Amino acid sequence: MLPFFSPDRDPGPDFAVLARNAGLLAAAPAGPVDHLGVTHATTVVAFRIAGGVVMAGDRRATAGHLISHRDMEKVYPADRYSGVAIAGAAGPAMEMVRLFQLQLEHYEKVEGRSLSLEGKANQLAGMVRGHLPMAMQGLAVVPLFAGYDLARAQGRLFQYDVTGGRYEETNYAATGSGSIFASTVVKLGYREDLSADDAVDLALSALFQAADEDSATGGPDPVRGIYPIVATIDASGFTRVDDAHVAARFEAMLPTLSAATGAPAPSVGKGIR
Amino acid sequence: MSMPFYVAPEQMMKDRADFARKGIARGRSLVAVVCPTGILICAENPSNTLHKVSEIYDRIGFAGVGKFNEFDQLRIAGIRHADLKGFAYSREDVEARSLANAYAQMLGQIFTHEMKPMEVEILVAEVGRDREGDELYHILYDGTVVDERRFVVLGGEAETISGRVAEGYDSELTVPAAIRLAVAALAGPDRMLRGDDLEVALLERDAARRAFRRLEGSEVDAALDR
Repeated sequence: MLPFFSPDRDPGPDFAVLARNAGLLAAAPAGPVDHLGVTHATTVVAFRIAGGVVMAGDRRATAGHLISHRDMEKVYPADRYSGVAIAGAAGPAMEMVRLFQLQLEHYEKVEGRSLSLEGKANQLAGMVRGHLPMAMQGLAVVPLFAGYDLARAQGRLFQYDVTGGRYEETNYAATGSGSIFASTVVKLGYREDLSADDAVDLALSALFQAADEDSATGGPDPVRGIYPIVATIDASGFTRVDDAHVAARFEAMLPTLSAATGAPAPSVGKGIR
Repeated sequence: MSMPFYVAPEQMMKDRADFARKGIARGRSLVAVVCPTGILICAENPSNTLHKVSEIYDRIGFAGVGKFNEFDQLRIAGIRHADLKGFAYSREDVEARSLANAYAQMLGQIFTHEMKPMEVEILVAEVGRDREGDELYHILYDGTVVDERRFVVLGGEAETISGRVAEGYDSELTVPAAIRLAVAALAGPDRMLRGDDLEVALLERDAARRAFRRLEGSEVDAALDR
């Protein structure tokens, strides 16, 4: 049946209200669920470049000490000009992304225009805040949000805490268990005028170093051909950097990474000697 | 207490239908044309902000004629229906056919049970990956659903305009040619319509996901060679 409302009960452009009324959103569990072996997703980073932002995330999902997925995606387009990256309990995080994407699209279709970037960031803050009862049972989700602000013609990024606190960062942000290492690498290598390739390299080395120190973060995996997901968001919208390009950039970085450890360069793939 | 006058059901339905038709005839018409590139929807609409044509879902578009607040309410209900269904199941499970049925139920219910019928005619269009996949559902104020194939005209002067579209229709129309055909049919022999008087949108067959795209006034004018 068509969802029809009287004017005083109309939910407006808010999809989450509709979904809740339809019983499609899960309630928080009554007790802690840590012992159930919940899958967790980890490190994601984002930083600003000239004319936009770069977002990147590793591919590992863990359940306790086990690796549960090697090719998980943690960086998603939120809509055409923004992206969201997730860390925390993987199931609720992916559900939050799905709802957030739909929330933005639903608003755009009902209202005939997109939300402002600020409005999108606030929407996500509300969703993280609403998730707090789940977080208290061990299912915390902490996203990163970044996008191209059409009104200001620049990239912007937002970090959150588990209570829905929203913090706009000027240059870089990271979340997840390896975020402390990843953000240090970005901090040291950050320049405002990074070229597109340098930006990919910086994101890759941040995630490499995080994986090197944090067991829950996955490093590049040349055996299976699984590399971090890197995306750029600029005036032309959200673009995921091609996997082959990411692989090639990583291979080109290998000698530098090896030299930093004092070991001889390993020979992986064809491009390395 | 006074007894209400007896009104024969036939008379009551006829009165309601006449009322709805009169309301619809006051507005301007619209044309949708199936072409190889997709489905072109062209409405006569001098407003830039109050839309008659809009997006429902990835490959589904909506258009309405008649009373604006009524078809806009239906449009939003359709978006809600589609988004809820896509969220509960999957994006590919959202279909024009089921949406058209939901609209028909709703309009039929209102036509017989409410104080007044809705003074609207709506179109639910879904563009397929190929021509066989295209679906056009023309839904009337009383819930009647008509499944159209090549083109459809909504509005008060539908018959006259349909005749004009049928004369010039060809299954291999390009988008500019489809615009010219639709505009000429809407305008008739005595009027000229420009980009500003029209609202044109295309459901693009080859789109990766969201197929609905509005055509700017300048694009329409370019197609009209002015």
